[in-house]
Formats: sequence, structure tokens, C-alpha cells
Amino acid sequence: MQAPVDYLLQLADSALILGQRNAEWCGHAPVLEEDMAMANVSLDLIGQARLLYQYAATRLNAEGKSAPALTEDSLAYFRDVPEFRNYTLLELPHFPSHTGLLAPAAAAERDFATTIARNFLYSAYMALLWEALQNSKDEELAAIAAKSLKETRYHLRHSRDWLVRLGDGTAESRQRLQAALQHLMPYTQEFWFASEAESAAAAQSTGVLPATLQADWDALVDDALQEATLQRPPAAGYVTQGKCGRHSEHLGYVLGEMQGLARQHPGASW
Amino acid sequence: MSNTQKEWPLWEVFIRSKQGLEHKHCGSLHAVDAAQALQMARDVYTRRQEGVSIWVVPSSAITASAPDDKGELFDPAGDKIYRHPTFYRIPDEVGHM
Repeated sequence: MQAPVDYLLQLADSALILGQRNAEWCGHAPVLEEDMAMANVSLDLIGQARLLYQYAATRLNAEGKSAPALTEDSLAYFRDVPEFRNYTLLELPHFPSHTGLLAPAAAAERDFATTIARNFLYSAYMALLWEALQNSKDEELAAIAAKSLKETRYHLRHSRDWLVRLGDGTAESRQRLQAALQHLMPYTQEFWFASEAESAAAAQSTGVLPATLQADWDALVDDALQEATLQRPPAAGYVTQGKCGRHSEHLGYVLGEMQGLARQHPGASW
Repeated sequence: MSNTQKEWPLWEVFIRSKQGLEHKHCGSLHAVDAAQALQMARDVYTRRQEGVSIWVVPSSAITASAPDDKGELFDPAGDKIYRHPTFYRIPDEVGHM
């Protein structure tokens, strides 16, 4: 049994875009040790994306519709905003709220609390999803899930640890983390409705309906927020639809930076 | 005197590279407590599969010999080559020693 390609791309794009976002800290993290940690997380995520893109490319090439043949690179670097299937949450800049800043180059405005809150919310979800996908009827996807689960559990541990330290830290760190949660929590609503690809994958038992993970995710989040002495903000309002290809204005800037080199020098190697 | 410590305390990191070998000192890092030091040691020092186990020790817990004492501590061993077990052949089967 094989999972729908769009389902694979949803997982791959989410890993790649968050990997790219977290990599913006490279050389700029608050301390050297954290710089390395953030780069490690990015490399894990980009590694997950690579496995999924390689598999997706094989599948698309078997359909024989695209010439020349697709590769992991063509999927990562030569698709445009509406073709990306990542959660909107992951393309947002590391800013606590609408500061009017778009470009990731605005390094001085980057907020570590936003980074931590996002990594926590996403890795808590992915730890549950990868765990479930180990039992996917798509054997290739099940193998990728088993590998990614270990990495993701570490990401969860790392971000949860900081969440508790900063939440239960100084007045400023607490205020910043609360603001970051306030800003990001509404975007997590996107996790729970089933996209077309998710419904199709669940129907053939290669994937899972996201709503089945919600109670466990709530428990993980509540437990961590309680330990961090933070309030859980409501997740209400507009439900973003990045996983269906409808994105915020931020993704274009992420792709511009990420894809620029590959598009200026197609096929370049080093 | 102010109690606010701006710098995070320093920790020494020891890594065991594989089962059966001893932990070796591999460097140091700054962290707020032992749990965080372990996590950071994992990120900073085991990225290339260097380890299967990590120890972290507060640098302040280490008592070091003074460089000025080098002469009296170490020089006397210099001319006692009979303390080196170089007069024995180690059988190949012994392996790592």
C-alpha cells in the first residue's frame, strides 16, 4: 500500500520549512550551545524532508508524468508557494506578533521565545503523528516515521525544557513566552481538520486522521504549560490552510531565500 | 556583593565513546544546571556519533594541581624508565589496553 503523494509532501514541506526557519538562528543564537542545538534540530528536519522528498520523487516519476525526472532537489527548490503543503504555523517569522516585518533578514527582531513555543507545539504534534505512522500500511513511510520519531522526541524534549525554564523564569522571559503562545496557538487549529490528502491516507490506513491525536496533544501541551506556569491561550479565530496550499504572505520570503541559489545556478554542485 | 550571576556556570564534559572504554574529558560548556549541561553536551559534543554516555561535572568541583608545582610533582618520574612495562610482550588477543 502506498500513501498519497500529497500526504508525503505535506510531511516533507513542513519539515523543510521549519528546518529553514530554525536555521536562521545559525550563528545568531543567544549562546553558542544553543546555536549548535538549533542547527542540529534543523539538520534533523531537513534530513526528514529529504527522505520524504526522495520517496515522493520516486513515486511521481513512476507515474511518468514529469520530464525530466523529479528529484528531492526539484521538489524542494523548484516549486512555488501554492504547491507547498506545510502548516502555516511553520512559515511565520520568529516574531511574537504582527510587527510588520516580513524578511527573515531582520535578525535583531528575532524572538527566541517564539522559536521555542513553535518548536514545542509542532514537535508535540509530530511526536504523536510519527508514533502513529510507524504502523502505516505504507512500509516506506513507516520506516521514515520510525527514524524521525527519535529525532522528534529529542526536539520535544529540547523545546519543552526551554518552555519550562523561560515560562517559570524571569518576568521578561515569562512575558515573552506567554506572548509567543498567544500569537501561535490559533495556528495550531490547522493541525486538526483533515485535508484531502489526510482523509485519503487515513482511509487506506497509510496515514491517520489528525483529530484522533488531538486529545493526546492537549494533554502534552497542558502538562508542559502547567509546569511552565503559563496560561493556555484560546485557539480560536481564522483557521489557516497551509497544508492545502493556501499560505500567509511569509512563505514567499522563506522560499525566496531558500530557493534563490538553486534557481540562479540550476544543477550546481560543490 | 551582588548575587546576580550573569554568566552561566561552567561544566566539564566527559564522553564515553563506546561500551567498555572509559569516559574521557572532551571539553567544557556553559549551562544553568546539570540537566541542561547534559543536553547541551549532547548537542555540542556528540554530533558525529562520538558517544554512548555523557558525564558532566561542575568545573568548580575540580581541584587542579598548580603549574608551579610541576617540577616537584612530575620531574622525579622522568628518569625511572623501569616503571614503563615496555619489557613485556602483550599478546595480540589482549587487544585494547
